[in-house]
Amino acid sequence: MPDSVEGRNPIRHALFVRVAHWLTALAFLALLVTGVEILLSHPRFYWGESGNALSTPLFKLPLPASRATVPTGYGYVLPDQNGWSRALHFQAAWLLVLTALPYLALGLFRGHFRRDLLPTRAGFSPRALAASLARHLRFPPPAPEEAWSYNLLQRITYLKVIFLLFPLAIWTGLAMSPAVASALPFVVTVWGGQQSARTLHFFVSISLSAFLVIHIVMVVRAGFRDRVRAMLTGRATATTPKEPV
Amino acid sequence: MRTLSRRRLIAAGIASATTLSAAAIAAKLASRYGLVPPDGAGLYGPGETLTYAAQRLLTRHSLAREFAPAQISRPPFANEVAPLGAPFRKLQDSGFTSWRLAIDGDVARPATFTITDLRAFPRRTQITHLACEEGWSYIAEWTGVPLSHILDLVGASPQARYVVYRSIQPDWWESIDMDDALHPQTLIAHSMNGADLPVPFGGPLRLRVPRQLGYKSVKYITSLTVTESLKSFGKGLGSASPEGGYAWFAGI
Repeated sequence: MPDSVEGRNPIRHALFVRVAHWLTALAFLALLVTGVEILLSHPRFYWGESGNALSTPLFKLPLPASRATVPTGYGYVLPDQNGWSRALHFQAAWLLVLTALPYLALGLFRGHFRRDLLPTRAGFSPRALAASLARHLRFPPPAPEEAWSYNLLQRITYLKVIFLLFPLAIWTGLAMSPAVASALPFVVTVWGGQQSARTLHFFVSISLSAFLVIHIVMVVRAGFRDRVRAMLTGRATATTPKEPV
Repeated sequence: MRTLSRRRLIAAGIASATTLSAAAIAAKLASRYGLVPPDGAGLYGPGETLTYAAQRLLTRHSLAREFAPAQISRPPFANEVAPLGAPFRKLQDSGFTSWRLAIDGDVARPATFTITDLRAFPRRTQITHLACEEGWSYIAEWTGVPLSHILDLVGASPQARYVVYRSIQPDWWESIDMDDALHPQTLIAHSMNGADLPVPFGGPLRLRVPRQLGYKSVKYITSLTVTESLKSFGKGLGSASPEGGYAWFAGI
């Protein structure tokens, strides 16, 4: 089946993939927690260039806020946690970017994207996609070869996360920066304004969080210890065949 | 699990040594070229330094976006401020005629200006964003004296690196580096949307730094100090914001 199974190499995940995986996981968790904290200071969203407590929101979240100036309907104000949240958010964003750059370079250079993530031509037909989707929805236990190679849906999902969602999260995040917008206005104008970028940043974060939940559920179903061990040590063992199938 | 092979151990050693030396060299260069912010130490120092350094390399001279009159937010949103004290209210009662803006520090000719003086100086009008760190924003037209004009007038020292500015409100002070202080859009604003700057928006005088988040645009400013070092101001972190947990550089 997939190329990576054939080789003599019993390593499931290359070292740079494992390091990038855990650093990204760490950065994303920090970004998520602090992102929620920052969001609580103004749980309202707008479209266009500007928006504030006196404008009509595109939508608002049914949450209390950490600022008394935001009309939430709740009779209380949450404590302000924005200071450390913002500092950690940006520091984690740097960790994410500094992890992504060597990962992308190595992934391209070592054939990781082509071999492990790009769907094979045969696998990428509408019929194969439909079959893979149908199989997934029945939640079968993973096939043995799936300990050694990603299946079609996994490949598409990982590609989407790596090349679409994370870049969009970084882009829409930068688009909110008045200084970045001063040097590179298209970063924000392409979204229709700074508030549009903020709203999109929220939806991209929701998509990434949904991915995280599904990812963890799938790992648990596939055998939490084995999968986590493989991502830590690089080797798939125990319930998976010793020799690649 | 197999033990680490010698080859791997050596490779990992070389990789870590390279990373560490690269980081050390980067830190040294950043400090030499003034790319380390005053709050660049501590737990979040690396992030703050990376942001400030990247911004200074990328955005040193860039202009904040300006908007069309039709994009002005109506009504704009004045964030809450701490209750204005008796000194402010006394000046307000007399129509701010006794309001003074004092400039001292590393300048050849320390000076004090009235609102009337400032209104007579060359002015710049610009329609810019005010984006709050909380996430909301508004667009307004601001008119004021470019800070660079004032710095020329008082003869700011060429060695100066920062301008500290203070509000009449207690414990409300900020500072910016010379790139932002000399930036053409950094204004001592006295008017907004074609009228005197309203008190809720910082009137009679507000320092507008449109390339940074709203909290750098301090309301009710009364004094400026030009300085080479921020160490002797407050806790030495650059402004009141880092003392309260917020970043000194808010161009993010």
